[in-house]
Amino acid sequence: MSSARVLVGTRKGAFILRSDGRRRSWSVDGPFFGGWELYHLKGSPKDPERIYASQSSSWFGQQIQRSDDGGRSWNPVGNLFEYDGAAGTHQWYDGTPHPWEFARVWHLEPSLGDPDTVYAGVEDAAMFKSTDGGNKWQEMSGLRLHGSGSAWQPGAGGMCLHTILLDEANPKRIFIAISAAGAFRTEDGGDSWKPINRGLTSGEIPDQEAEVGHCVHRIARHPLRPEVLFMQKHWGVFRSDDAGDKWTKVSGDLPSDFGFPIAVHPHEPETIYVIPIKSDAEHYPPEGMLRVYRSRVGGNEWEPLTSGLPQSNCYVNVLRDAMDVDSLDPGGVYFGTTGGQVYGSFDEGDTWEALASHLPAVLSVEVQTLP
Amino acid sequence: MIRVVLPQHLRTLSSTNGELFVELLEEPTICRLIDHLEQQHPMLKGTIRDQISGSRRPFVRFFAAGLDLSHEPVDTVLPLSVQSGREPFIILGAMAGG
Repeated sequence: MSSARVLVGTRKGAFILRSDGRRRSWSVDGPFFGGWELYHLKGSPKDPERIYASQSSSWFGQQIQRSDDGGRSWNPVGNLFEYDGAAGTHQWYDGTPHPWEFARVWHLEPSLGDPDTVYAGVEDAAMFKSTDGGNKWQEMSGLRLHGSGSAWQPGAGGMCLHTILLDEANPKRIFIAISAAGAFRTEDGGDSWKPINRGLTSGEIPDQEAEVGHCVHRIARHPLRPEVLFMQKHWGVFRSDDAGDKWTKVSGDLPSDFGFPIAVHPHEPETIYVIPIKSDAEHYPPEGMLRVYRSRVGGNEWEPLTSGLPQSNCYVNVLRDAMDVDSLDPGGVYFGTTGGQVYGSFDEGDTWEALASHLPAVLSVEVQTLP
Repeated sequence: MIRVVLPQHLRTLSSTNGELFVELLEEPTICRLIDHLEQQHPMLKGTIRDQISGSRRPFVRFFAAGLDLSHEPVDTVLPLSVQSGREPFIILGAMAGG
């Protein structure tokens, strides 16, 4: 029978939730790496027992942990993330040049076909690759050096590379997104990159047509529709039907233009989920009501999903890497909050239940559907 | 033997309990002591000092023999009481409020 495993990264460790395919009862294991920040954990699609985890601390720096038994035991692997050649500069908050400095790994994306190959999105924004199970990391410096890098400027949360989308049918095509620079695409496996931000609009920035400088929060895509991208950004939800060459705003009747995560239904490529947040200045749900919004038509028309979610006095946030779907039938949707709840819906979002509560603030949620 | 006390998170990371014992054949400096620790426990690389610059991480402190050695040059020779093992060399995380 199929089963589901939920990898939860929090401010104070990692937790692993497990259930059989009915998803009626859940066990909670953890904390793993208690007291450390776990920005992200993700399993290899090829070998789900292989899981990579980003463990970091303001005191003791970055570690990468690897499990080869589905998260039961872990071993530290390589943690040297050295920029390739002269690191150069990007813009600092005051507009002056600032040297690239490694801070942490925000996102780990295992290869679709090789458990030993994994990509890392880091702050200050760059992409690294390991082909030996995380022991050694090499920067894919074509991204940082493609031309606009010196103009990138960090958002309030840091200049992080937080989204990496791989393409099963076209392994040389990769999409990434950086806060607050924008989205980028490579067609040659990472040697060269192109900004893909046309059509995005961003608040009061003077040049809405700017090649970079758009604050992307998250991009999601259905594996069967690799050309269609959905984006939640600072200032709205957008979609692209041509692999990012042109974006169109599809916020429609959402209650706000702000939010962090976005996810696509596992079996319906035009059904998407977002969790609106009141504003960039108030990182909590509008009216204190935690609502997931679902569009079944690829945007513009949205319905609030509230059953089982707190509808009063709720002031948590849901961060960019903290929502995911399983591929069971009916499809499951999961998200975690900064209040330490992990919610799941097993009827495509119609009703929700808390799978875990009172965890540390949730940074990331990844779901593995196991055979 | 030099006695070294690691903070809790680094004891967990390196799967060590209690104090570590280090024997240095060369003149015992702060740098040589940490070199030795990193050779014995490679997962500590990058946790006490930056792997590229070699600088002490900003929120890591070195205390020994009633002294704060955090800001001393890395080639500072360890106090005699630490060299003899009478007192430990303490590596710890800086205090943080909140």
